Amino acid sequence: MPRPVPVPDAVSKPFWDACNERRLIVQRCSACDRRQFPPEATCRDCGSEANLEWVATSGRGRIHGAIVMHDSRIKMWQPLQPYNLVGIALEDDPAIKFMSNLPGVPVHEVPVGAAVEVEFIEASPEQLVPEWRIVG
Amino acid sequence: MGELLRTSEDVGIWEHRGKVALVGRGHSPVYRRWDGKDMTQTLGALSILAAKAAMEDAGVTPDQIDGVITCPGGQSNGALMGAPWGPGRPYFAAPYDTEDGLSKVTAEWLVRELGLKNVKYVNSDGDNLFMMVGQGAQAVGDGKCNNLLILYPAGNLEGRYQQNESTNAPGPTQWTNPWGWGMGIAYPFAEYCRKYGSNHDRMAPFILNSRRNGLMVPWGYYALHEPYQLTTEDYLSARWICEPLSMLDCDRPVQASACYLMTTAERAKDMKQKPVYVLDYTMSSNRPRSNFETLEDTEAWTDAMARKVWKGSGLHASDIDVFNPYDGFALFTQYFLEAFQWHGVKRGEAHDFYAGDISVEGPHPLLPSGGNIGTGRTRTAIFTDCMEQLQGRAGPRQISGKREIALAGGVLPVNAGWTVFSSIPDA
Repeated sequence: MPRPVPVPDAVSKPFWDACNERRLIVQRCSACDRRQFPPEATCRDCGSEANLEWVATSGRGRIHGAIVMHDSRIKMWQPLQPYNLVGIALEDDPAIKFMSNLPGVPVHEVPVGAAVEVEFIEASPEQLVPEWRIVG
Repeated sequence: MGELLRTSEDVGIWEHRGKVALVGRGHSPVYRRWDGKDMTQTLGALSILAAKAAMEDAGVTPDQIDGVITCPGGQSNGALMGAPWGPGRPYFAAPYDTEDGLSKVTAEWLVRELGLKNVKYVNSDGDNLFMMVGQGAQAVGDGKCNNLLILYPAGNLEGRYQQNESTNAPGPTQWTNPWGWGMGIAYPFAEYCRKYGSNHDRMAPFILNSRRNGLMVPWGYYALHEPYQLTTEDYLSARWICEPLSMLDCDRPVQASACYLMTTAERAKDMKQKPVYVLDYTMSSNRPRSNFETLEDTEAWTDAMARKVWKGSGLHASDIDVFNPYDGFALFTQYFLEAFQWHGVKRGEAHDFYAGDISVEGPHPLLPSGGNIGTGRTRTAIFTDCMEQLQGRAGPRQISGKREIALAGGVLPVNAGWTVFSSIPDA
């Protein structure tokens, strides 16, 4: 399905490169022992750059919440309305949230709290993006 | 972005508490849009009307004005409320030969077009309105000027704005647009309803009450152009924008301008209107813990705002007679109400409170201004109402009982300025 294709920048390139290898990674500050997503040039808590590293995630999470878009400002999404906007809380650190459309799940039928795992779908032939599917 | 002041949780009592006062307010008529033709309805023309009205209200002449602060485009960071006029459309004869006066109004433009000769403080870097009132109060308190015009233009041209036609998602949009994310204000509201066992329908009494109050604001959009009350059925059948956010939870973009005159408490004594003293202002700028705002973020941020207001003003929830929290999405007003615990409303109780008597005649007159939902996206109704309530000139909106202290603020849970006003300087 066509969707806006993320344009990696100097900070985000490792994340998007990892997606293309079907790996979900986030930043971690070794000084604070805090994960952060989206990635930034420095740790949000201590401001450190040197202590930021990329770490693997379990790729598992839970559905944290859901709303339904009926009137998007993003032209590419308008033909698909209404569609799910779902928040995923990462199992490793539930404060870390990802976005999802939960493909295949009808609007109003998103089971908040359900376990999910990451999959990767094409935003373009050159770029995979993380999506999520219900497990169990 | 204008300088954010008094942001610390350890904020103390404001050094100029009660020494600065609002003494005049002026509103242009509110239009839905500018048609690109009627030069009496440009944003600049409406700003001149508003500024003249504010000076007239205070009994101050243009020569006495020595400061002007604006948030030129209506949004933080110099962003425009709506779309720019150019570059695809030709500009007009001066003073409408640039964007200034059409899609924004700078302090410099206003000084020039009003022929203000004695201005020593010119600031076109006001943040959004809610921060700018505090920035203006600080400037007067610090002696940078004595008679300050605070101008807030809100423009709206034909067509839809902020439409994104890109097939790429650069910068911050790389984290949102691949999933079509938007209108994230709906997300914590959905969480709220789940957490506290409520639903969107229970917003109806609040929306209807705001429209009713707004119809009593003579310059407001609805009083001027759609002077009828909403029904519960209207609200419940409004189309979804991002469920559970419907069209009637959103404020109506408008073409309007408003202006306030702020001065020192000493000078205020001799002016036409009863002074409305500024006791405190505080500002907050937050970021979600992760990729989007959650209810946990929202409640933590708004709790911190309330703590700051109480520390900064030395007051408590029970002191607030007039409460005008921002509503320019109606879905987040409840977080402010519950954080400040106005009339004892605690987390999860706002919708029960809405179901009671929140009318201006009743015991719990919430948002007596009607806010944006009742007047359109001028954003200024809440400040004007605080003034008018404390001065006793709110007409049919005048609340009963004690009216010494007023609290107004916005713009969002993520980013807000709050100002405490009083009819007495040492309250």
